[in-house]
Amino acid sequence: MGVPPLERSREWGRVGAGGTPQRRAAHPTRPHQRRPTLHPGAWWLWALALGTAATRTTNPLLLALLITTSAYVVATRRPDTPTARSYTAFVKLALAVLLIRLAFAVALGSPVPGTHVIATLPEVPLPDWAQGIRLGGRVTAEGLLFALYDGLRLATLLICVGAANALANPARLLKSLPGALYEMGVAVVVALTFAPNLILDVQRLRAARRLRGRPDKGIRGLLQVALPVLEGALERSVALAAAMDARGYGRTADVPAPVRRTTTALTLGGLLGVCAGTYGLLTAEGGTYGLPVLLAGLATALAGLRLGGRRSLRTRYRPDRWDMRAWLVTGSGVAVATLLVLASAHDPEALNPGVVPLVAPALPLWPAAAVLLGLLPAFVAPDPNPDPDPAPAPDPKDPS
Amino acid sequence: MIRFENVSVTYDGAAEPTVQGVDFEVPEGELVLLVGPSGVGKSTVLGAVSGLVPHFTGGTLRGRVTVAGRDTRTHKPRELADVVGTVGQDPLSHFVTDTVEDELAYGMESLGLAPDVMRRRVEETLDLLGLADLRDRPITTLSGGQQQRVAIGSVLTPHPRVLVLDEPTSALDPAAAEEVLAVLQRLVHDLGTTVLMAEHRLERVVQYADQVALLPSPGAAPVLGTPAEIMAVSPVYPPVVDLGRLAGWSPLPLTVRDARRRAGDLRERLGGQDGTPEVSPVTTAPPQPEAPPTSRLRLRLRLRLRKKPTPAPTTASPAEVHALAVRRDRVQALRHVDLTVAPGETIALMGRNGAGKSTLLSALVGLVEPAAGSVRVGGAVPHRTAPPELVRRVGLVPQEPRDLLYADTVAAECAAADRDAGAAPGTCRALVTELLPGVTDDIHPRDLSEGQRLALALAVVLAARPPLLLLDEPTRGLDYAAKARLVAVLRGLAAEGHAIVLATHDVELAAELVHRVVLLADGEVIADGPTADVVVASPSFAPQVTKILAPQKWLTVAQVREALA
Repeated sequence: MGVPPLERSREWGRVGAGGTPQRRAAHPTRPHQRRPTLHPGAWWLWALALGTAATRTTNPLLLALLITTSAYVVATRRPDTPTARSYTAFVKLALAVLLIRLAFAVALGSPVPGTHVIATLPEVPLPDWAQGIRLGGRVTAEGLLFALYDGLRLATLLICVGAANALANPARLLKSLPGALYEMGVAVVVALTFAPNLILDVQRLRAARRLRGRPDKGIRGLLQVALPVLEGALERSVALAAAMDARGYGRTADVPAPVRRTTTALTLGGLLGVCAGTYGLLTAEGGTYGLPVLLAGLATALAGLRLGGRRSLRTRYRPDRWDMRAWLVTGSGVAVATLLVLASAHDPEALNPGVVPLVAPALPLWPAAAVLLGLLPAFVAPDPNPDPDPAPAPDPKDPS
Repeated sequence: MIRFENVSVTYDGAAEPTVQGVDFEVPEGELVLLVGPSGVGKSTVLGAVSGLVPHFTGGTLRGRVTVAGRDTRTHKPRELADVVGTVGQDPLSHFVTDTVEDELAYGMESLGLAPDVMRRRVEETLDLLGLADLRDRPITTLSGGQQQRVAIGSVLTPHPRVLVLDEPTSALDPAAAEEVLAVLQRLVHDLGTTVLMAEHRLERVVQYADQVALLPSPGAAPVLGTPAEIMAVSPVYPPVVDLGRLAGWSPLPLTVRDARRRAGDLRERLGGQDGTPEVSPVTTAPPQPEAPPTSRLRLRLRLRLRKKPTPAPTTASPAEVHALAVRRDRVQALRHVDLTVAPGETIALMGRNGAGKSTLLSALVGLVEPAAGSVRVGGAVPHRTAPPELVRRVGLVPQEPRDLLYADTVAAECAAADRDAGAAPGTCRALVTELLPGVTDDIHPRDLSEGQRLALALAVVLAARPPLLLLDEPTRGLDYAAKARLVAVLRGLAAEGHAIVLATHDVELAAELVHRVVLLADGEVIADGPTADVVVASPSFAPQVTKILAPQKWLTVAQVREALA
């Protein structure tokens, strides 16, 4: 980590003369390269594809391989930002899900017929109307193993979402929205930052309770700070809204009335079409008209959005580019998902190992090799934390 | 450029207009300073320029405000965004995005500037404000001074012709404040930007102003004039003006340089009278409080102390810090800090933003755990002591006094404070009456002014009568009158035997109040000694009077006045 950031920020000696032009000119500013980043959409597609792959298998070895793959990429390619630290939170959540799944298997029994009894819990007799539900009873190794496989699948999915969060801030993803949706996007981003700010407020106010001589732990303390925290958050939101307004948020261009009306008609009509088409697809009778109506609706709605973009004056500052690396990262994720889907159709036993009879799961060679494709981003994606040293030498970890 | 035509603003539910009879013009390319005591409506006047008053705040605006020919009545704030840039008091509530570079670009994106123009202006602004090394940093990880510069930069990039700033330097250390002001001066001189700015710390800004608009009292019409004219009549004035008035200089000097040129005979008078100018009056004995409310407070406190034995052990010294190191978020916030506080001693912790002052105070109340070394407060280890026990040893008034207040009336707050502290019912309320005469029971703490809220928080903390009292940035947002009251109160407490440690950027406060200054830099103590020795030795921490009368060692106008009397 080298020098703490606060020390780097300002030299003690620059008292008073900091702003004079001569002084600034004498300070050679080094040519800056923006911290290299990958398009956030690529990271999200890659991570969601790995998640999709995880849903196709219950083989614990394959799932573990998927988790390792995503964790390795996160470890090498996550930027040093507050959102990136949320990865551990997702891992903890995944672990909790796994444990809860196991606890349910123990307490409620498992539908899997098993012969290897590990323990027998006292069974709670339930009334007639609760037939089919069991509380306590035999705990079998098969049942536990099944629950473990099942829970692991869900945990993998969560960890993949966590990886996406850590690698690309969801707020950055929202920046790539089309112009007509931008303002909504900003509202969502502001709402997203509301929660972290709220947590900071709670921590600060609970600390302040200590200064009043009240215990700073426990649920009562939390309840007592709830009102001041909400008041503070509300005040901050109003201040932010004022600041945004004063900085031009919501400025619109003058658009002729016919264009405005067409936009509304296209958007509304398109959305209706999407609804009708989806309904058609999901019901048995509408099999013939469903798909065309859905597609037509989508096209109309997109045209409406595009036209609506004319009302927005906004321009983008250094938008994220979808480059070759983004294609490679997305491609590697999609390849893993496709190959596992194919494998699950081709060889379902290997990807979903049985628990009855009790056997150790084997690692299917080709699907495992396919999962390893997901490691590609660790090598092609740019390193988000280049050496703070301004030496122009290319990153040795980065072959491109 | 900015034109007020007989403007008055009345907020909803208020009987009287907050400001009225505002009628002046700010010509293009001038820096106009808005001054006046707290609560006279400075922020309202500033808000009227950007159109946030009344479009956003509600209320009724009579008269007319035009900015660059646009009437704020017909133009919403967002339609004025290309001519007016506004920075409020709290930079954190100003930020929309999460990194420095994106924040600088945000305003331009809203205005629809071309990408290559945006790129160029971001680079220019990063250099202008010295932010180039921070461009990728998340804003929440920056220090207060850096955040203030980012906030100013974020409104500069659209090249507004008018800049409106509400207390831009209050939260900054002296060096960072000078940096921000140097940038503003450059904008005015080189780019012809018009600046309208409100600020309490006049000693920092008054020399930069072309004109000063004084709001003398709530509801009174503003008076506009040159800085020297206005300072001659203003109820708020910096120490250099105070000294000028005392010495009878005319026209009044506004800068240390002007004052030094005239100060020759004053130095002679003082030197001849004092004989030993190198010994500062402050180091010999703490000045006695003179204000009547304080002596009453002391009397009451003494009576109360006599009635009850102090629960905290009095044998141990109020605070002993030995080889303390603290890590926060992977940053070494403090390293090897030693500090001993004696009863009755007042100490100022100074140093730039982010030097570790607040961390040291937090360690003293057990909010952060030491990574190495030891902290003892009245003989107890703060982070292992139960809170009810700890409040009798040490009390902290945090930077945001509001954090300490939970209840919805002053009376409820006081009752809760008595319960928390185990004090007799009415203890806190009596303190509030002493500190804040005229505050009724049913006022919501949020409706108090900044200074009143500070006094309420102080009363809440004092209810437990801690021998050690800590204050974090107590003068932020206080005008000179509120500051003088605070100084009187703290002197009274110190005379009672309370040890006081305050973290502050306010060199004038330190000069006035404290016996000892501890200078921190990057988590280390770099100077620790009597106020006169430490501040006189440092050009950025020396108060104005010291600079004017150097090489004699005077710190405050009050000392000079006493010596001349």
